[in-house]
Amino acid sequence: MSSRDWPLFEVFIRSRNGLSHKHVGSLHAADAGMALENARDVYTRRAEGVSIWVVPSTQIVASDPGEKDAFFEPTADKIYRHPTFYDIPDDVKNI
Amino acid sequence: MTDIAKDQLFEYLLRLGDSSLILGQRLSEWCGHGPELEEDIALINIALDLIGQARSLLTYAGEVEGRGRDEDGLAFLRDGTDYRNLLLVEQPNQDFAYTIARQFLFDAFHLEQQRALMGSRDETLAAIAGKSVKEVTYHLRHSSEWLVRLGDGTPLSHGKMQTALDDLWMYSGEMFEMDALEAALAEAGVAPDRAALRPAWEARVAAVIEEATLQRPDDGWMQSGGLRGRHSEHLGHILAEMQHLQRAHPGAQW
Repeated sequence: MSSRDWPLFEVFIRSRNGLSHKHVGSLHAADAGMALENARDVYTRRAEGVSIWVVPSTQIVASDPGEKDAFFEPTADKIYRHPTFYDIPDDVKNI
Repeated sequence: MTDIAKDQLFEYLLRLGDSSLILGQRLSEWCGHGPELEEDIALINIALDLIGQARSLLTYAGEVEGRGRDEDGLAFLRDGTDYRNLLLVEQPNQDFAYTIARQFLFDAFHLEQQRALMGSRDETLAAIAGKSVKEVTYHLRHSSEWLVRLGDGTPLSHGKMQTALDDLWMYSGEMFEMDALEAALAEAGVAPDRAALRPAWEARVAAVIEEATLQRPDDGWMQSGGLRGRHSEHLGHILAEMQHLQRAHPGAQW
């Protein structure tokens, strides 16, 4: 059986409790169960994680790099959306 | 608890350590040759787990023996007749089906053995088993998954898996063979009675084989001798490759 026959899966790993899963790479596997085991063997050899998600790559819907300008450029000049214009009273902690 | 002579414990530690070492060496022959990149890494992870276990066991064996031999001395400077591994683990990789069948039969035994050893009266042995049992649990999961996948796969994979299981079955009996040495160790609470591990092994093996739509081979003539240093012709070839560097350049480090 060659890799051509095996679908691609994206691998997400949570490195510690409290953090969110982070994309770490992809791999080939015959099905989801094998993908999970392969992810464990390929991506957690150095104690990288406490939880793994695998997702069929075909199930990921991605934005088109060609539409980057229309998608993201308009936010560049709207600095008022960043919460940096408020005066925080000295007594208020943890904002 | 009766007293155990040092040479008895030493001998038993070799039996444990050598099986892990030789199977680890066998599996590492797959490095760079696995059927898939991911499976290549998986097999080598298992090999490294086993070699890690062998290091702990042989280091302890050297301390028990008290003649100044360390893990390397025991692994690289002993001849085949001094090796005490099971015959099963020295059998050649052949193809992926044989590798999985060999691994599955051993893993199912290894897990029961390590679980039992966690209760050993020898604290070092119990601690090593406590670490190993987590690794071996995953090994068995891995080999079971493949046995089912290939057994319940295509007619070709089913046939290859059944042939491998049939051919290796005669090496399964040795895992449960008791002798005077281990009877004494069992009496002392240091080692489990191998025969007592059998029912759990039988149940596990039968369940996975059934799920894999394979036939459990009949118990016929069982090979025996590895635990007493009588090996198949394959061990010499493994040792030639494994020991060559230390034999040719004693004490070499890098």
